Amino acid sequence: MTIQVTRRGFFKLGAAGLATSSMAMMGFAPEAAASSIRPFKLTHTKETRNICTYCSVGCGVLIYSRGDEAKNAHQQIIHIEGDPDHPVSRGALCPKGAGLLDYVKSPSRLKFPEVREPGTNEWKRISWEEANERIARHIKADRDENFVATDSEGRTVNRWTTTGFLAASASSNEAGYLTHKFVTSLGMLAFDNQARV
Amino acid sequence: MSNPQNILRRSATTTTPPQGRHEVEPVAKLIDVSRCIGCKACQVACMEWNDVRDEVGINGGTYNNPTDLTENSWTVMRFTEHENEQGDLEWLIRKDGCMHCADPGCLTACPAPGAIVQYANGIVDFDSDKCIGCGYCVTGCPFDIPRISERDSKSYKCTLCSDRVSVGLEPACVKTCPTGCIEFGSKADMITRAEQRVTELKGRGFAEAGLYDPAGVGGTHVMYVLHHADKPDLYAGLPENPSISPFVSAWKGPAKPIMSAIIGITAFAGFMHYLTKGPKDEPLDEEVFGPEGEDAYLREHTLSAPETEPHEPGRRSDHEPR
Repeated sequence: MTIQVTRRGFFKLGAAGLATSSMAMMGFAPEAAASSIRPFKLTHTKETRNICTYCSVGCGVLIYSRGDEAKNAHQQIIHIEGDPDHPVSRGALCPKGAGLLDYVKSPSRLKFPEVREPGTNEWKRISWEEANERIARHIKADRDENFVATDSEGRTVNRWTTTGFLAASASSNEAGYLTHKFVTSLGMLAFDNQARV
Repeated sequence: MSNPQNILRRSATTTTPPQGRHEVEPVAKLIDVSRCIGCKACQVACMEWNDVRDEVGINGGTYNNPTDLTENSWTVMRFTEHENEQGDLEWLIRKDGCMHCADPGCLTACPAPGAIVQYANGIVDFDSDKCIGCGYCVTGCPFDIPRISERDSKSYKCTLCSDRVSVGLEPACVKTCPTGCIEFGSKADMITRAEQRVTELKGRGFAEAGLYDPAGVGGTHVMYVLHHADKPDLYAGLPENPSISPFVSAWKGPAKPIMSAIIGITAFAGFMHYLTKGPKDEPLDEEVFGPEGEDAYLREHTLSAPETEPHEPGRRSDHEPR
């Protein structure tokens, strides 16, 4: 279907268009009232203090999550930044710490214990109870087999050198003390800290 | 601040923004280039706060990562290896990004009403919703900062975290900086801090240390402390005397009202002609083509015309003399 426009009508439309555009150019354009460009995204989020998981500096972080803990609200971490009240870092974070949100959200993040049995190449999900049980069993078996009570000259040494322990770096003094106590009480000598890795 | 009552200037707008609430102290970010270790925490914090992520890029042979600013990387460390007069290597690392000029070239050049605004505290912000993606801000910027996204054809750059500043926080890059190279406060305080640091640097042998707050763009709300303030070009091409391109100033300055006036006068002249001479008295279609209308008229007259063959290109017309 063709739209019938008379020559006169066409010129009228053109003139109206020209007039409107020149009005707009001279500053008579109608405009919506300006609102703030981006609202602050942390209003009413829940703020949780924590320690960065990466290195031994142990910078303080603030974890912001959405949801006010109402029974139907499922909280979700939406932002992480430095804790200005933390004596170590006073709000600053290195590039790894500054990117903690992507670490939390990483698709390859390990969220539960897994085991790869001998002879397979597949990781199998296991429960925390099973994981603890298996680790304790391995520790006991290896210690029973390799614990050295005395050296060749009969001196008491009580050492166990076939298993090592690697502790986390961002431990509190209390956690560090307990870790040390546990490890040395077993006679373990290969004891290191992730801070040196 | 992103308070609409605190807007100093808006792009492509001739109406005056509200001027009543301007007792706002201008803010500034001070980047002490001599203290930067190039860790790029600011780049990460910027992305985390602004909800942007860049692609995993390629190694361009330098530590610059990404190699340039993009629509998702609003700040980039630019690494320069400089051999000084003593033959020692100096590693100059400059955090590049929007300078938040007091006289912003992007805002001057922008034709989209309200797409670029300047708040009373000095922050120059892009309202992406109003951006038309023309790229004039890129041309207008003396520091080559804005980048147009290929995905949505909008222009993006550092906002100086206007959303954080509006609620009383410092920008994300400032907060995260582990060496304290980036500081934030009132512009007056930042100038004082810079002066202290410049004195310190001069005492340590950097005789030409100084503050970079270029007057050509009215001063900036992101300032650098440079160890070689006499040669800003050393720092990955930081312009010595940045100013808005004369083409942009002329086109958006004197030329714009003249062109608008010409269009306005043309419309006015047409209207006056209509008033004085009246409309041209053209016959109606029915009077020319008869009561059946144009189609019927043409059909009739075309059929009765003697042997009018359809014209073919390259073939000589019968009406032309042989």
